[in-house]
Amino acid sequence: MQFMLLFSRQGKLRLQKWYVPLSDKEKKKITRELVQTVLARKPKMCSFLEWRDLKIVYKRYASLYFCCAIEDQDNELITLEIIHRYVELLDKYFGSVCELDIIFNFEKAYFILDEFLLGGEVQETSKKNVLKAIEQADLLQEVTLRHA
Amino acid sequence: MVLPSLKLQDLIEQIRGAKTQAQEREVIQKECAHIRASFRDGDPLHRHRQLAKLLYVHMLGYPAHFGQMECLKLIASTRFTDKRVGYLGAMLLLDERQDAHLLITNSIKNDMSQGVPAVQGLALCTLSTMGSAEMCRDLASEVEKLLLQPSPYVRKKAVLTAVHMIRKVPELSSIFLPPCTQLLRERHHGILLGTVTLITELCERSPAALKHFRKMVPQLVQILRTLVTTGYSKEHSISGISDPFLQVQILRLLRILGRNHDESSDAMNDLLAQVATNTDTSRNAGNAVLFETVMTIMDIRSAAGLRVLAVNILGRFLLNSDKNIRYVALTSLLRLVQSDHSAVQRHRPTVVECLQEPDASLSRRALELSLALVNSSNVRAMMQELQTFLSSCPPDLRADCASGILLAAERFAPNKRWHIDTILRVLTMAGIYVRDDAVANLIQLIGGAQELHAYSVRRLYSALAEDISQQPTVQVATWCIGEYGDLLWEGSCEESEPLQVEEEEVLTLLERVLQSHLSLPATRGYALTALMKLSTRLRGDNNRIRQVVSVYGSCLDVELQQRAVEYNALFRKYDHMRAAILEKMPVVEPSGPQADEEAKESGEAVPSPSEPQASKLMDLLDLLDGSSGEAQQLPPMAPSPEDSLVHLLDLPCDPPAPAPIPNLRVFEREGLQINLSFVRPPETPSLLLITVTATNTSGGDVTHFICQAAVPKSFQLQLQPPSGDTVPAQGGLPMTQLLRILNPNKAPLRLKLRLTYTHFGQSVQEIFEVNNLPVETWQ
Repeated sequence: MQFMLLFSRQGKLRLQKWYVPLSDKEKKKITRELVQTVLARKPKMCSFLEWRDLKIVYKRYASLYFCCAIEDQDNELITLEIIHRYVELLDKYFGSVCELDIIFNFEKAYFILDEFLLGGEVQETSKKNVLKAIEQADLLQEVTLRHA
Repeated sequence: MVLPSLKLQDLIEQIRGAKTQAQEREVIQKECAHIRASFRDGDPLHRHRQLAKLLYVHMLGYPAHFGQMECLKLIASTRFTDKRVGYLGAMLLLDERQDAHLLITNSIKNDMSQGVPAVQGLALCTLSTMGSAEMCRDLASEVEKLLLQPSPYVRKKAVLTAVHMIRKVPELSSIFLPPCTQLLRERHHGILLGTVTLITELCERSPAALKHFRKMVPQLVQILRTLVTTGYSKEHSISGISDPFLQVQILRLLRILGRNHDESSDAMNDLLAQVATNTDTSRNAGNAVLFETVMTIMDIRSAAGLRVLAVNILGRFLLNSDKNIRYVALTSLLRLVQSDHSAVQRHRPTVVECLQEPDASLSRRALELSLALVNSSNVRAMMQELQTFLSSCPPDLRADCASGILLAAERFAPNKRWHIDTILRVLTMAGIYVRDDAVANLIQLIGGAQELHAYSVRRLYSALAEDISQQPTVQVATWCIGEYGDLLWEGSCEESEPLQVEEEEVLTLLERVLQSHLSLPATRGYALTALMKLSTRLRGDNNRIRQVVSVYGSCLDVELQQRAVEYNALFRKYDHMRAAILEKMPVVEPSGPQADEEAKESGEAVPSPSEPQASKLMDLLDLLDGSSGEAQQLPPMAPSPEDSLVHLLDLPCDPPAPAPIPNLRVFEREGLQINLSFVRPPETPSLLLITVTATNTSGGDVTHFICQAAVPKSFQLQLQPPSGDTVPAQGGLPMTQLLRILNPNKAPLRLKLRLTYTHFGQSVQEIFEVNNLPVETWQ
């Protein structure tokens, strides 16, 4: 995976994870154009599109678009599963997640993603293990805060 | 005194509460000032909160580079909270373009080697997200150590970090290749997945690694088989499929290992068949695995039956109600259509149905695939479908569809009439979307199909009468009417319905085209010339045409004005030549270069009349359009400078005589005569065919007859085998032999012949030069 973007129906960015080195300017340009392209898609259209030389896989959950850019040899259908798994993890962690959770707890959203994907690849296929790791890290954070 | 700054939650609230962009900017600027101040001299315990705020603001698009150093400080802190936010900041704000990024290398190193898995995890995560080549080189050995750590949490991250490092610094492959064997024996799915990914990366970069890992095919097959056959573990399953992520990754690796390698391909054949047939396809997870399986089957050296199975799976995908599945099916079939054409052909009806998809990305794929599937046996049916599609497809696909149809028609047209009809229909439906040469091609096609002239002109006339707005159709139609207008009102055509057309109607139509504001300047040029041509084809008088032509003599369009003036001149001063100039064009042979030029000229905006008869008229036509019309004869060429010739005499050059080349008797002795006849095939101007004919009117046979020839160095000579070596007596069957001479430089032809034979019991040898060779043999 080259990058993952989460954005609202108004085009506001809620999370951006880049797995390729690009300048801030390039990132902004790509984000702007891709958001526009995806938002222009009609609801009944398929989840895949070709954009520049990348394959884009996107899915909308309530008011949030989850958008991944994958390479030519990557499997689009499994990418849909990756997106879905991430949403499930967020849902389990926040308890019936909605966009506001992601807005007000964006660092948590990143931490959860970083326990599921690493360097653009899936690192853990057990939902249980991912959630356990987050739990433990949260605990560790609380401990250090309390002692501070 | 430091003003109290907002908590992260409050900041977010305030930003969201801002009604305008300007308000939002104000809030953020104020807060950033606080953050800056806090970084400078605020409480280090709260630094992580400040950075978190900054990161939020950064996501909204505001500059945050002044937080980079803070990330470093936080990462260096001993508190987990600080590290967590600090590393997040590093991943968001630092990248390999900034020099500052190298400064975290040390912290990462320290964090990797101290014992808390969560902290090691943070370090590895950051390294694998933004680690530059230098960082990777520095930290490779640390990561290698972590591959052996007891904690699977750390090991799985280390493996994927190794993947990233190899991507950045391929030479590091040598470090990470050896541990793979051990890692592949792991039971932990995360580590296994990471290892398969790592092996894939290694094999893609090095043929040596590829060879090494082929030995592991049986092991990989076993892992996959276990996943597929044993009952699912709730922890790793999705919709009843055991760990589809791991299955897909293994299948991908098997694809790379089996490619171009029979042994490996054989080893995985059974398993692939098993997965292909047993995977539950009711949900996306199963289809994802099935899709990867199909891709692998098609890419390795699989058995023919398995390949057909794979293509059929894709065919089933085409019928799936989920359009994502249909999309990947169309994409994959497109990739396979060249290599497995007949297998894909079987699914042609389904593909054609997909043309009706409302989703443009699907219908585009279906269009590409449909065009690739056209062949000589299905061309009629396919063209029908494609033309239906063309009439209703979204505008951005029209151009591709139109060109695709025209190309396929050119390749597979069953007959000329169908071809003409098809191009005409495409032009009528999608005229503005076709390529520029479509008009020229159609004109050439019609011109070359003499038997269809009557049919074509009738169809085009009807089409034009209906609609004069589609420019390509109008252009072709006016050209056709100009050329073959006489076929409209005389004679009938069996191929179309009887059409009663009056001359006046035709003239009216052409005038309409000429006057219409819808017509492009080029089209009007066509129309004017067509009218002019009709002046020689009408049965009645030309007054109407003369009028039009003289009116346009003062047209504002310079091109039209020029034509009109010249046509006027044709009427007034050169009326005796008009008929010859405006004669019908000769049938164009598409293969010859001269014909191509003619076709080009006829296809350009300016079709020029044929056969200039006098030099004055040549000038006239030069003025018209720069091209000198279709002169049937090339103007006489000056003889080329003499080449150095071998043992031959100088001969004077005859002036060019336009006639078929006369035969030449070159030798006679005791009843044996040698005649030469010459042919210059029009398609190949540099070729001369000489037939040597030997006849014998004497009483004795001529036997052992051998004829040899010599030509100057610049020529190429080829002697075909003679019809025999005996020339029977008393005027018996002559012996013939063909000489092929290539004269690319158009040099004067010299020919020397050597004859050896036996006649009346005597051996005869004669060597002589052929005199009086007609100059048409080489000019």
